Amino acid sequence: MNDELAIDVRGMTKRFGNRTVVNHIDLQVHTGEICGFLGPNGSGKTTFIRMLCGLLRAEAGSGTVLGYDVITESDAIKLRAGYMTQKFSFYEDLSIFENLDFVARMYSIEDRREAVAESVERLGLGERKDQLAGELSGGWKQRLALAACMIHRPKLLLLDEPTAGVDPQARRDFWEQIHQLAGQGLTFLIATHYMDEAERCHRLAFILNGNLLAQGTVAEILEQTHLTTWSVSGSKLLELAEQLRGQPGTQQAVAFGNTLHVSGDDSDALERIIAPFRTEHYEWRRIDAGLEDVFIHLMERSKERESS
Amino acid sequence: MTGWDFSPARFWAMVVKEFVQMRRDRLTFAMMVGIPLLQLILFGYAINSDPRHLPTAVILADNGRQGRTLLNAMQNTTYFDFVRQFKTESEGHEALARGDVQFVINIPENFTRDLLRGDRPSILVEADATDPGTTSNAIGSLNVLLNTALQNDLKGPLAFLAGTPGPIDLRVHALYNPEAITQYNIVPGLIGVVLTMTMVMITALAITRERESGTMENLLSMPVRPLEVLIGKIIPYILVGYIQIGLILFAAHFLFRVPMAGSLPLLLIITFVFIIANLAMGVTFSTVAENQRQAIQMGFFFFLPNILLSGFAFSFRGMPDWAQAIGELLPLTHFLRIVRGILLKGNGLAEVAPEIWPIALFTVVALAIGVKRYRQTLD
Repeated sequence: MNDELAIDVRGMTKRFGNRTVVNHIDLQVHTGEICGFLGPNGSGKTTFIRMLCGLLRAEAGSGTVLGYDVITESDAIKLRAGYMTQKFSFYEDLSIFENLDFVARMYSIEDRREAVAESVERLGLGERKDQLAGELSGGWKQRLALAACMIHRPKLLLLDEPTAGVDPQARRDFWEQIHQLAGQGLTFLIATHYMDEAERCHRLAFILNGNLLAQGTVAEILEQTHLTTWSVSGSKLLELAEQLRGQPGTQQAVAFGNTLHVSGDDSDALERIIAPFRTEHYEWRRIDAGLEDVFIHLMERSKERESS
Repeated sequence: MTGWDFSPARFWAMVVKEFVQMRRDRLTFAMMVGIPLLQLILFGYAINSDPRHLPTAVILADNGRQGRTLLNAMQNTTYFDFVRQFKTESEGHEALARGDVQFVINIPENFTRDLLRGDRPSILVEADATDPGTTSNAIGSLNVLLNTALQNDLKGPLAFLAGTPGPIDLRVHALYNPEAITQYNIVPGLIGVVLTMTMVMITALAITRERESGTMENLLSMPVRPLEVLIGKIIPYILVGYIQIGLILFAAHFLFRVPMAGSLPLLLIITFVFIIANLAMGVTFSTVAENQRQAIQMGFFFFLPNILLSGFAFSFRGMPDWAQAIGELLPLTHFLRIVRGILLKGNGLAEVAPEIWPIALFTVVALAIGVKRYRQTLD
């Protein structure tokens, strides 16, 4: 990691009609960083990524991607960034090899043959290279898509929910690869809504309804929200959850397997609330808030603000 | 539950849904209204199986009064419009080959003298019979006409000439297609029609398919330019076009025995321009259409006037001026003249050249619209 910014944009805004999909988002990602871009479905992640690589025109905003102006130099950005779409968008009626070759030609790569061969090899697609892309399973399609959007050796990869519908083993392999590539100096912006994936990122940005709610490292975000979380185990947890949810100061009471996580951003208030329930029926333990707790907390808080 | 269950509520839900979908898809709606309207207009007004006002040239080698009476009478039938006068037969032949005139009427030297002597002078009518439908009624009218037209002039001392078997010997030369075989006209025309239909359709789907399958997003994220995409999508189909031409020419020669008077290589070279024109049109449709279905509909919308107004299905000269004006815009109209000219008339480059540039112009305009409409972003 170094101090150079691969992505440095401010005030990025996009409206569809009179609906603001992305609302003045600032984002800074250092070269070699893996930035997780989190948010529920329809929060504006895809729109934001598309603006970065010139697929959508931004209504407002400025800044640079890989040192090129995000508004006016999208052609230069396209040449140096790779974009992996959420839905598989390579040609299903072409084979793996043909798809890679097509992309390589599109970028007029000089040593095209080697680049394609190398890409097939590196991603372990060797035996399947003549298989039609349409016949591949989700995990293989995802590998192909990643290989294809890296064939022109981009410095920045914008991945839009790359592991949706991919099995755990393939996901793990995928993330191993991402970390290796980041080690070689590639920068990643990865949209996801899997919390375990978020924890594998160097930095996180959390977006909701087009607004950026939090940005920073995992530790920073946990720090920023001052969330206190208690884990309870015992019987009749459902009834307990019901009772706790009604109280102001309890933002969350969520079941996690055999335990209940109770969180709030005011630790004293929370302690007062749970005091009456600290009986022999329940076992209370204070734990570190997880990312999921934090994000659900951020979402709830944002909802409260909207309704108030 | 059986297949015969009927629920008015479900039925109504379907009706409402279909209406909403139809309302959202304005183009489909426009086509549903537009196609019947267009057909009504075309069949009702434009199609004329008894074409009149056919351009006719005269070679007048005799200035006598009877010759003029005859020409006046011909003009009065409204089949013939005298547009040119030539001095020599070869001038007349060139005009026929170019398609400038449909008929050349030859009134020979000493016509009046021979008529008055009762020698039954000949009038030669040369007709461009490439499309027999255009000429047959006009020629039919001549036979009647010649027997009656001179009746006023042949009175008093000349009355003896008015008797049978007619004072004038009418000779009709149906050029290019003497036996009036319709296939000679239709089969070469089919080359143009088939190319128009398939080339436009295939390419109309090109961009819309990308958009529908989501691959457009990927394509746009790559550094590729509109013209590269558009022309890149055209090229493979040129080959397909030539395969189609090969098949039709093969059938024309071996099944229909259509004469091939002109140069086949010339025809194939000129066809290239025509193929490009149709592909450009198709690609342009596909940049305008939202989805594949709309693209196909637009293809059909283009195909209809091509069939009806180009001179393929109906005589071009039988149509009113406005319909001919529309026809002149279509590449198929010009290509039909080229392909019939080369195959049936044996035309060379000089004769068909005036029909090439309108096709080229059409191509440029269509492609320009396509490039302009091609969206570089997903907005």
